[in-house]
Amino acid sequence: MLDTAIIKQLEDIVGSGNVLTKKADLVTYSYDATADMPSQLPDVVVMPATTAAVQKIVLLAKEKSLAIYPRGAGTNLSGGTIPLKKGIVLSFQKMDKILEVDPENLTATVQAGVVIQALSDAVAPYGLIYPPDPGTVTTATMGGSVAECAGGLRGLKYGVTKHYIMGMEVVLASGEIFRFGGKTVKNVTAYDFASLFVGSEGTLGIITEIIAKLIHPPKFRKAMLASFKRLEDAGNTVTGIIKAYVIPATLEIMDKMTIQTVENYAKVGLPTDAEAVLLIEVDGGAQQLVDSEAEAVLKVIKENNGEVKIAQSDTERDQLWAARRAALPALAQLSPTTVLEDATVPRNRITEMLVAVQKIAAKYQLKIGTFGHAGDGNLHPTILADARNKEEMERVHQAVDEIFAAALKLGGTLSGEHGIGMAKMKYLKSELGESGLNLMRRVKEALDPDYMLNPAKMVPVKG
Amino acid sequence: MKTTPYDKLEEVQDALAKCMKCGNCMAVCPVYLTEKEEGAYARGKLSIAEAILKGDLDLKDDDVQEKLFNCLVCTSCMQNCPCGVDVCKIMLSLRAALARETGLHPIKKVIFGALKNQPFFDKAMKAGAALQWMGLRKLPGNAGYEPRFTMGLSIKRIFPGLAATPFRDQAPELIKAKNRKTKVSFFTGCAFNYIFPDVAQDVVEVLKENDVEIAIPKEQQCCGIAVFAHGDIESARVLARKNIDVMEKTGADYIVTACGSCGESWQHGFKELLSEDPLYGPKAEYWKSRTYDISTFLTKVIDYKKPTGRVEATVTYHDPCHLKKVMKVFTEPRIILNAIPGVTLKEMAKPDACCGSGGSYTITHLETSMAITGRKMDDIRKTGADGVITGCPGCMMQLSEGLANSGQDHVATHYISLLAKSYREARKSKTEEIKHAA
Ligand SMILES: Cc1cc2nc3c(=O)[nH]c(=O)nc-3n(C[C@H](O)[C@H](O)[C@H](O)COP(=O)(O)OP(=O)(O)OC[C@H]3O[C@@H](n4cnc5c(N)ncnc54)[C@H](O)[C@@H]3O)c2cc1C
Ligand code: SF4
Ligand code: SF4
Ligand code: SF4
Repeated sequence: MLDTAIIKQLEDIVGSGNVLTKKADLVTYSYDATADMPSQLPDVVVMPATTAAVQKIVLLAKEKSLAIYPRGAGTNLSGGTIPLKKGIVLSFQKMDKILEVDPENLTATVQAGVVIQALSDAVAPYGLIYPPDPGTVTTATMGGSVAECAGGLRGLKYGVTKHYIMGMEVVLASGEIFRFGGKTVKNVTAYDFASLFVGSEGTLGIITEIIAKLIHPPKFRKAMLASFKRLEDAGNTVTGIIKAYVIPATLEIMDKMTIQTVENYAKVGLPTDAEAVLLIEVDGGAQQLVDSEAEAVLKVIKENNGEVKIAQSDTERDQLWAARRAALPALAQLSPTTVLEDATVPRNRITEMLVAVQKIAAKYQLKIGTFGHAGDGNLHPTILADARNKEEMERVHQAVDEIFAAALKLGGTLSGEHGIGMAKMKYLKSELGESGLNLMRRVKEALDPDYMLNPAKMVPVKG
Repeated sequence: MKTTPYDKLEEVQDALAKCMKCGNCMAVCPVYLTEKEEGAYARGKLSIAEAILKGDLDLKDDDVQEKLFNCLVCTSCMQNCPCGVDVCKIMLSLRAALARETGLHPIKKVIFGALKNQPFFDKAMKAGAALQWMGLRKLPGNAGYEPRFTMGLSIKRIFPGLAATPFRDQAPELIKAKNRKTKVSFFTGCAFNYIFPDVAQDVVEVLKENDVEIAIPKEQQCCGIAVFAHGDIESARVLARKNIDVMEKTGADYIVTACGSCGESWQHGFKELLSEDPLYGPKAEYWKSRTYDISTFLTKVIDYKKPTGRVEATVTYHDPCHLKKVMKVFTEPRIILNAIPGVTLKEMAKPDACCGSGGSYTITHLETSMAITGRKMDDIRKTGADGVITGCPGCMMQLSEGLANSGQDHVATHYISLLAKSYREARKSKTEEIKHAA
């Protein structure tokens, strides 16, 4: 329990209704969406509504040597918001104002706690969209998605969060408020700070405001489902489409285990005898363009022995997408614990990665369904287990180790979009080497010498 | 009898383990959307449940209890849950465990005790004195009733007035039909019986118009959803069994309801409560598939008489949680509304967002409840409709209060009343035609 004087000071800053200290409340901030993680109660949860309040909290925490864990919706999948070293959970969920939508400059300025969907809803009347769409659009905050550099289904053509962040306001560990960037398309003033803070997982600064880039939505689209009897054919189709000069908006894959589970759960008419299916959508500003891209895609599918079903109406399109959206729920229903991984490889190594995952599943006698963003080489091997079964979890841990090793061997990376947090910290050295770890430490200490911000995440705490 | 999670808390372990903590439920929880705190919605509540089972939190702790009751049991979270977690079962099991350990709140005990004894409850509800006994004080004029006790929680609330004569005192126990299509038993529920007898009359009128023979047994009890929700499992079971007995005696083919909570009880609650009861379990199962909301009964079970009388109205329809999310009834009321000549249905954004009532939730958590209703009022206002239609008396009360608070002079209406009105209009013009001809 924290000193009551500190609690009192926090209450003076944000009001007593925005400071939580009861155990029943603290329990609910001791976890995030990550399976199989240790949990810890914070000392206190503080819910600011303004940058000024955030600054005061940081100064107080600095003075009292308390850790601060910035927290959005707590939906991250890397243990990023678990308050391991106790201290203050700084919840942004009440700091959720959309400050401005500027249709002329194609920007929106929002507070960090704005939910992605709320931003989308606010810009829709202007005929604009904010493209990053992680599976959690209706819950995840802009701050959290910026801090994780969240991706989504449209990453291949439209990019990920980092491509849409034009400026920010950040409260630094020193307590200084720093604004950078703005509404200009071009800006090379000083270092590229957006690159520093996007994906920093709350370890380098506290994001309070974000200037996001908006775009006009594509007017026309065409969706199709291709099924394959051999994994290689699916993999070759992915690279073949790119070679045919088409960048689909979405290019998703589901493996056999996922297909069968989805079909069993949702009865959407997926071919259960296929080794893999690809869900492909092309879009664009003109019908003709979309048609010719779809033509090109169809040709590639045929060349690779795929069977194809084209959505003829919006309803049919929605049905195809419902199948993809059902992937995680369907798998999750099979067992109590769902370990969702995020290994990513260059897209021309997708087949090898899928085969590697299947071999690992067989070796450790685990159920693993793999689906993901094939066009991005970003796979989500999903391990189904029961955390209450110690022996099984041991096999899960070994399988996860091997999945990461396989991804790195194929020239890939530990995480495509879920981040490092505490879940993947121990693997960092295998990707970045000693020099990389040293650089991370130096960057961390330059901005946050006392390891006050989200300690024990991304960079191991000193000593 | 084998135990259920309602009898033994440990039995919720498996249901609880299914939660993957994804947080999807956050997006739709009316309480969370108001309070913006993790403990307000399912993921947080389930983690509290886990902590209780592990012994890290004490069920009897006031703060823990407050969390358990800060829930409308609206099932919105369950519609958005990828893992199929039965959040409501877990919540109600926790409340049941709490009631077992600490006993019910004394005032609630008196009220629920009375609910089990229908004649006594009836008398009590009818007698003005009963209101005082229930903790209500009549306000001057027609202003309604105000609770005298605080039930340990902050409440200051005005109730709608009670009907002068409860519905079941006005209605005959059997209404025969000349060209009988089928026979139903009308399960009225308390709200229609005591507060909206005129809507219950509309239900009867519509059934009559469709040549349906109607039993309205006087002995029927409250559905018990309120006692169930407060963890008084044994009382809920007593009510469920009595209701089953009473309904069985009528010899009806179907049970018809017009209240989401009552329908839910027959379609879901009774079975939950009696799942391990060798005698009543199968009976509950039988009636589960023979209970219909009146809208489903009209549109899917019988081929109802299409309304021809004009009712000039631009309306919007609110989906009651228990009707849409448990009974899966949402197209049928719209089919009926759209069939009425003169009625224009304008959908609001999120018609199935909870209205904030949640039975006693609106009394115990007034502020959050009214904030939820406030959002609903905004959505309603934006449609430009001048009538608010719904399908449950609980929602009618809540929405009417919301309308009154936002300075509007109309009240929420049950869709069945519009259909009854259309039938009446048709009859009226027919009589006029005959008069004319003569
Ligand atoms: C079912 C499911 C599906 C998902 N699908 C995807 C997907 O398709 N693509 C994808 O990329 N991710 C996905 N995710 C992961 C997750 O949703 C995203 O990473 C999301 O962006 C996290 O947002 P949040 O608001 O919940 O952040 P949180 O989980 O609260 O925080 C995430 C990190 O950001 C930091 N942070 C939060 N707010 C701030 C702030 N204001 N300033 C500084 N740091 C901050 C935290 O300290 C933490 O390190 C999924 C997760 C789930 C559970
Ligand atoms: S039942 Fe309703 S109020 Fe309760 S947690 Fe679920 S969504 Fe929230
Ligand atoms: S949506 Fe279901 S699985 Fe996800 S956190 Fe809520 S209850 Fe748990
Ligand atoms: S739902 Fe409410 S009003 Fe309807 S019978 Fe049950 S307790 Fe009584």
